[in-house]
Amino acid sequence: MTNSIDQHDVRRLLDEESAQLVEVLPHQEYEQEHIAGAINLPLKELTPDSVGVLDRSRPVVVYCHDFL
Amino acid sequence: MSPRAACRLESLGFSAVYDYAAGKTDWTGSGLPTEGTHADVPRAGHLARETATCELTERVATARKRAGRGGVCVVTGAGGIVLGILSGKALEHDGDSTAEDVMAAGPTTIRYDEFLPDLVERMQKGGVGSIVVTRPSGQLVGVMQRGDAEELLAELHRAHHEHHAGADPEPADEPGVPPT
Repeated sequence: MTNSIDQHDVRRLLDEESAQLVEVLPHQEYEQEHIAGAINLPLKELTPDSVGVLDRSRPVVVYCHDFL
Repeated sequence: MSPRAACRLESLGFSAVYDYAAGKTDWTGSGLPTEGTHADVPRAGHLARETATCELTERVATARKRAGRGGVCVVTGAGGIVLGILSGKALEHDGDSTAEDVMAAGPTTIRYDEFLPDLVERMQKGGVGSIVVTRPSGQLVGVMQRGDAEELLAELHRAHHEHHAGADPEPADEPGVPPT
């Protein structure tokens, strides 16, 4: 079951657990604006190969626009 | 989208996966750091000024004193959540009235991350001189004056054209306006 977290938790994970921030929106939206430090792995491109850029020993925080 | 991404990552063997459900909108609406081509476009929150506030049960006389020459007092609840606004005739009310009695409830507000160019155009069309700025939670950031925004955009426009005057027949995108 996925852990849903809020802004406070995001900042704590980034500061204290070296979490990796991943924006899963398309490239163009990522290029326009993304959370500082986030990398881009669009949902459509999440494959065993593409996720190789992530460190499996560190938490991963994914986000898109909002709840909708 | 992000819940599906989180599920996919878990299926790919990742064990510590979290979904920031409120997403980018929540982050930018809170004025937190971003990167990208739009990151430097001026926002409403950048120009929001601190404003007088009062609680529902406080007297209009108190609100009037706090508003001073600014002429506006925002009524807030727990956590600074915007509930109403006192301005103009409302601030002239009998001193025994409470803020709740005379406030304009549920005022129009805008988010911290509203782009200025679009916002100024809407305010000009609506004849709106100032507007309350909030975070996604509804927490008060401050009040933005349209005049401040117009001045900033004019300054950016001047700087952009001075920089490109005579140097480039097709100047780059104007600062302060999101690239298309």
